Amino acid sequence: MEIIKINIDNQQVQVPKGTTILKAAEIAGIEIPNLCFHKRLNPNSVCRVCVVEVKGESSLVSSCSYTIEKELTIYTDNERVKTARKLVLELIMSTHPNDCLLCENNGSCKLQDYAYQYEVEVFKFTRERPKYNIDKSNPFIIRDYNKCILCGRCVSICHQEQCSDIINYTHRGFDTKVSTYFDRGLEESSCAFCGQCVSVCPTGALSEKVAKGKARSWELKKVNTICPYCGCGCSIDLNVKDNQVIKVTSPENESINNGNLCVKGRFGFDFINHPERLKSPLLKDKNGNFKEISWHEAITTIASKLREIKDNYGSNAIAGLSSAKCTNEENYVFQKFMRAAIGTNNIDHCARL
Amino acid sequence: MTNSISEIKDADCILVTGSNTTEAHPIIALEIKKAVKKGAKLIVIDPRRIELSKIAILHLQQIPGTDVAWLNGMMRVIIEENLHDKNFINNHCEDFELLKEAVYEQSLEDIEKITGINSSDIKEAAILFAKADKSTILYSMGITQHTTGTDNVLSIANLAMLTGNIGKESTGVNPLRGQNNVQGACDMGALPNVFPGYQKVTDHDLRNKFEEAWNVSLSNKVGLTVTEMMKEAATSSLRALYIMGENPMLSDPDINHVEESLKSLEFLIVQDIFLTETAKLAHIVLPGVSFAEKDGTFTNTERRVQRVRKAINPLGYSLPDWKIIRNISNALGYPMRYNSSYDIMEEIRYLIPSYAGITYERIDNFGLQWPCKNIDDPGTKFLHKDKFVRGKGKFHSVKYIPAQEAPDEKYPFIFTTGRMLYHYHTGSMSRKAKGLDEICPQGYVEISLEDSQELNISEGGEVKISSRRGQISTMVKINQGLRKGVVFMPFHFVECAANTLTNPALDPKSKIPELKVAAVNIEKF
Repeated sequence: MEIIKINIDNQQVQVPKGTTILKAAEIAGIEIPNLCFHKRLNPNSVCRVCVVEVKGESSLVSSCSYTIEKELTIYTDNERVKTARKLVLELIMSTHPNDCLLCENNGSCKLQDYAYQYEVEVFKFTRERPKYNIDKSNPFIIRDYNKCILCGRCVSICHQEQCSDIINYTHRGFDTKVSTYFDRGLEESSCAFCGQCVSVCPTGALSEKVAKGKARSWELKKVNTICPYCGCGCSIDLNVKDNQVIKVTSPENESINNGNLCVKGRFGFDFINHPERLKSPLLKDKNGNFKEISWHEAITTIASKLREIKDNYGSNAIAGLSSAKCTNEENYVFQKFMRAAIGTNNIDHCARL
Repeated sequence: MTNSISEIKDADCILVTGSNTTEAHPIIALEIKKAVKKGAKLIVIDPRRIELSKIAILHLQQIPGTDVAWLNGMMRVIIEENLHDKNFINNHCEDFELLKEAVYEQSLEDIEKITGINSSDIKEAAILFAKADKSTILYSMGITQHTTGTDNVLSIANLAMLTGNIGKESTGVNPLRGQNNVQGACDMGALPNVFPGYQKVTDHDLRNKFEEAWNVSLSNKVGLTVTEMMKEAATSSLRALYIMGENPMLSDPDINHVEESLKSLEFLIVQDIFLTETAKLAHIVLPGVSFAEKDGTFTNTERRVQRVRKAINPLGYSLPDWKIIRNISNALGYPMRYNSSYDIMEEIRYLIPSYAGITYERIDNFGLQWPCKNIDDPGTKFLHKDKFVRGKGKFHSVKYIPAQEAPDEKYPFIFTTGRMLYHYHTGSMSRKAKGLDEICPQGYVEISLEDSQELNISEGGEVKISSRRGQISTMVKINQGLRKGVVFMPFHFVECAANTLTNPALDPKSKIPELKVAAVNIEKF
């Protein structure tokens, strides 16, 4: 592998030939602002926010796709770059609703962050763009294309990762829009509602219906765990507020799913805080009705009944069904309980079902 | 899985059978799609046209229950065409002659009649599979849930060995496990014949090891499987049943019989997060917690042990399952001293050699794949590297045996069950997720276009389906890609529980019920 020396913001860095400037900057500890780039996807080079100056090039270049083939001197944050970047942001903001106060993505929006950082003049330009109705027709994803900045990440992930091609750009110029075939709702397309598009949207154009109005992004605590919905074992982040799981997001850590999730893994979690959850031990009375009892009563009732059956009919008159949905630790303790405390190998679970 | 999920994308040929991967294992399906994009040849062998059929080079639609026949057919072609991996067979396998004898027993013409697959298609699939550099087989319960489930799996292993597609990257025999921790539950010995780590209860030395560790004398008698428990409960030789996080009232075959069995129990304890159909029959119900309220580990289908972390506090008075079991055990006089899931994992590591190197610290960022025998072991990406675990890979002589129940005049359709994208197992979780329930609120039966025309039923119409075990009514979906004479139904829905109809006949070795083949009748409602 050929190593090339570059100078980036007066720092000397060595990178393999073919590295993008964005990546080289990351190696040098320099963060270049970007909107359409996503590290899991091929660069789209459409937002122009990541532009930098390369000495000898007549115009600014997009750092997400410009690869380093020879020794270069690069400026990622000089006046020329900053002026251009600010102008790009002002052009994007000229058609943006600017209703951050009500936006689900408030606080986790890259556009909002950059607008703030670059002191963007929001109304510097006025352009007419069609007003789109907010699409809430499917059960999972709210699509507000007024907030779409046409970065193309959703289109790319649907194509590259999900291999589905449900959405793409339609129309031209100010009328350009991300759309399904014939602009129908997602539920009328062959969309599998994996929600990958939501996971990469840098603004509030795509958001989770289940989380709407429930939490501001800064109120959410993320806990990394494993999805319970099939044997794949995908890594997920539970986003929690006030002892409630508000939504699920794709974590950045190394995992078997690399940030991909399916419809159950991303949108299937409101069972956790469901009002019908069992919250107390229940005992069936003579009439067949359940009444709430204490843990103490539950445990002593079970212990005496199991002891009675064991004494009268032997250990093998008792059996246990463990669970493919419980943890290893729980399965271990359950089978140990049946074998050591009850004295039987009558232990199974629904592995075959 | 002998191999890993991340290896699928580099395979040259992928044989998917008895798995509707895009719906039941969507993230694994993405790897298959990526492989196909890179040029891999995908062969789908499934009675239904599934999403993967669209990108497959071949889709063969067998009659349900005839898997050994087409597998033997493929192997016969491979041997006849001299495409088998002679080096691999000579150096790593034994009993090749037995296999040869078995696969030569039936001609391709016979196999065509049995399976309903054109012999030319079997031939093409066999040649594609054998000629590719790295071929992998992915299967799921479409292969295992038969009275010949064990035979089907042995045949798949035969095919992999015959072509040298095992013990190498991007090859292998890869069962896709259905539930999140079914691999782990098996590893932990939640099975009637083995202690944790598949250590046999009948082996004197192994039993001694556990007796010493647990400070108790242990039974050497193999216990009952779930389906056997139901039979024993009905005759009252089984008196008490403790069910944790399972819902046999929807998941098990012949539900009417399951209900009768559970009702005859003297004492039924059900521990769950909802009042499931099974919990309603219990004498006492204990509130466990969801995965979000506890710490621990799950082991995925590629043997990777991963960390589950507590995100919220248990709701109400509910408790993590291990705490409930511990408390009952202590009350019964067998002391358990665990204070956390960590304590339990330390004991697991001590008793299961393949888990010995797996600690919470090591899997904090990303899980490890067993076997992982010590603290420096990086885990095992694929099994049988260089040498089979048992020494030589054994070819089994497997002969085709028909499914236990065949369609007849009274029950002329073959009924097969499975899973679908929007719901999970008995629906106790997914049907309580608003979005999932909204997009798919009810069960259905898929029937072929031809059958729908003959029965004069249109899409969305109601039908009554009956088998020797019971009857249900449900809505019709027409699936143009389904074989005539075969009907499919997902089993997630209590309102039209598919398992009311299924056959509880068991595979004699694995004791798996034949959920994939039952004879039914369909009438317009």
